[in-house]
Formats: sequence, C-alpha cells, structure tokens
Amino acid sequence: MAVLRRKKWSPYTVGAAIGVLETVAMLTAKKPLGITTPFEQAAVMVAEKVAPEAMQVDDYKAQSGMEPSIGWEWGLVGGVVLGSLVSARLSNDPIPPAVPDAWREKIGASPGLRIGAAASGGALMMFGARMAKGCTSGHGISGTMQLAASSWLFNPIIFAAGAAVAKALLGRKS
Amino acid sequence: MKRDSWGKILLGLTTGAAFGFLLHKGRAAEHEAISGQLLFEDASVIKIMATASAVGALGTYALNALDLVDLKIKPLNTGGVVLGGTLFGAGMALLGYCPGTSMAAIGQGHADAAAGAAGMLGGAMAYVKAYPHIKPIIEKGSTGKQTLPEITDTSPWLWVAGLAGAVALGAGLQARNRNNADNSERQGLTDLAPRSDIV
Repeated sequence: MAVLRRKKWSPYTVGAAIGVLETVAMLTAKKPLGITTPFEQAAVMVAEKVAPEAMQVDDYKAQSGMEPSIGWEWGLVGGVVLGSLVSARLSNDPIPPAVPDAWREKIGASPGLRIGAAASGGALMMFGARMAKGCTSGHGISGTMQLAASSWLFNPIIFAAGAAVAKALLGRKS
Repeated sequence: MKRDSWGKILLGLTTGAAFGFLLHKGRAAEHEAISGQLLFEDASVIKIMATASAVGALGTYALNALDLVDLKIKPLNTGGVVLGGTLFGAGMALLGYCPGTSMAAIGQGHADAAAGAAGMLGGAMAYVKAYPHIKPIIEKGSTGKQTLPEITDTSPWLWVAGLAGAVALGAGLQARNRNNADNSERQGLTDLAPRSDIV
C-alpha cells in the first residue's frame, strides 16, 4: 500500500475523507467530531479529586448542568494521537525539532521559551474553545457542515484574531 | 466516575485514529500548517476544512432527510463565541496548532505540541473555575441553537449546494493553475526530469 506510505496527500483528498468520516460519526456515534469537550470533563474530574472546594466544582456543576463522563470523545482524542503516529511511521517522518523553524527564525532557538509559549497558547486556546463550545473541529468543520449559525460566526473570528497575533509574532519584517 | 461502554470508547478510538491519520497525511500536524495559514502563506488547512465541511454537509443533510441522524447544533451564544473565538485564535497563533492538530502533532513527535496539550488541560481547569462567574458573559446575546437556513428561512440544500460548489470551484481552479504551471515549465525546458512527486 504505497499510498499509505506517501508523505503528503492533497488537501482536497484529505478534506473529502474527513467529510466522509464526519458522516460516519454522525451515523454511528450520533455526534460529529470534536476535540475539546473531554478536556473540560477531564478538568472537572481532576478538580474534583485534587481541590473540589477551591475549584468550586459544585458551583460549576450546578450552573452548567454537566456531569463529566469518559466516553466516545475520549477515545476520539486518543485515536487522533495514535492515527497520526501510525501515519508518521509509515511515511518514515523524522522526529521533528522541539522548536519549529519559523519560530526559531523569528523569535529564538530557546526550547524553554517555545515550550512556555506553547503551554500558554494551549491554555488560552482551550479557555476560548470552552467559552465558544467548540474548536476548529467542533465548530470549524462539524458546525459549519451542519450550517450552525454559531460556527459560521466562530470561524472568521478565530482566523482574524489568529492572523493578527501570528503577524505580530512570526510575520516577515519588511 | 461515569463511563460509557467500552464499545463506544473503542468506536471513538477507531474514528479518531482515522481522523489523526488523515490530519497527518494532509500535513496539518506541522507547526507550519496552522501558522502558515494564519500568515496567508499556505492555504492547506482552509482547503481541508472547507472540503470536509462541504462533503460532511452533503452526507449529514442527506442522512437527516432520511431521518437517520439528528443535527447537533451548538447554541449561538454571541458573547461566548465572539470572546471565546478571539481568545481561541490568539492562543492558536501562539501555540501553532489547533486542538485536533495538536493531538496529531503529538503522535508525530512534536514536543511543543505536548506542552500545548498540558496547557490545554490547564486552560480547561481555569474555565471550570471561572465558569460560574463568566456564565452571564458567555450567554449574552444568546439566540439558541440556530442554523443559517432557519435564520434566513431558506432550504438547507441551497446552502449545501453553495458550499459544495465553492469547494469544487476552488479545487478546479487549483488543478487548472497547476497544469498551466507544469506546461510553462516544460516549455521553458527548466525541468526535463519526470515529475514523479506530483500525483
């Protein structure tokens, strides 16, 4: 299966296959692809174990009506890591450097700085995703395909905010 | 701690594995993919998203017409979507991956994506703590679960056709441009070697 070993597929092929996968998920799991919900559920579980009072978990539960549970979405998140690992090994990809090229050129080679920035970026992104109830998968693909108004509002906002920050951080100085 | 059946979790794992495989094959698990998209240097991510959305729309609305699936619409909480979307975009630019592609990037071996995932759990904890206080802001201007066809009182198929048409047009234009580029290259005799890398 040489095609599985190829390093890159056309974005249209990949996109069409993800669209089919979305349809299969709607049919088999009765829900579309999404990544960030299990992070909120995991956070509640950790908070409940470690510091239920300081984290006001009861207050959160009462207000949100959410009871965390380990389910389909948790499998989905783990599967994405696994599937990418399999594809990368089949393509014989080298292990990438901790500091991506564009970041090293524009900001610096310090791995500590890159790791700190990545963790802060991840935290900010997840906080925003939970406020909006979705991410690039849940709103960006799953929501837009269902023609949800919220998702068609979310997309231009994330790309506008993202483009502004990316330009300030990594944009070419000319 | 509540848990779904192992069968359901395994179904999620299989679906996720296919998703991760595809994200990697589309090179979306690279830092260059999201950052390149935000800098307008590489449009792969938007092509993947738009194509997936168009094909998924055709499939989902067809199954919905057959009563085989229910739509899962997220509420239009204007405050949450506008403020959350802004934070999300800024964080995504700083991290260089989105939530799905950061998971795929971990599978590929990106150490910075693993740091991003740790940050994501931290961000989720902050959200849980903040939620009771910011709930009114999130739900400001909420108009509930609405779709574009509902708001405009039009047929969903009009939108599905428009979305599919736009993607087909984009793909067609790109195929034509690539042919033209190949032809002009051949005319200029700049590259006589067989192009085995372009499929």
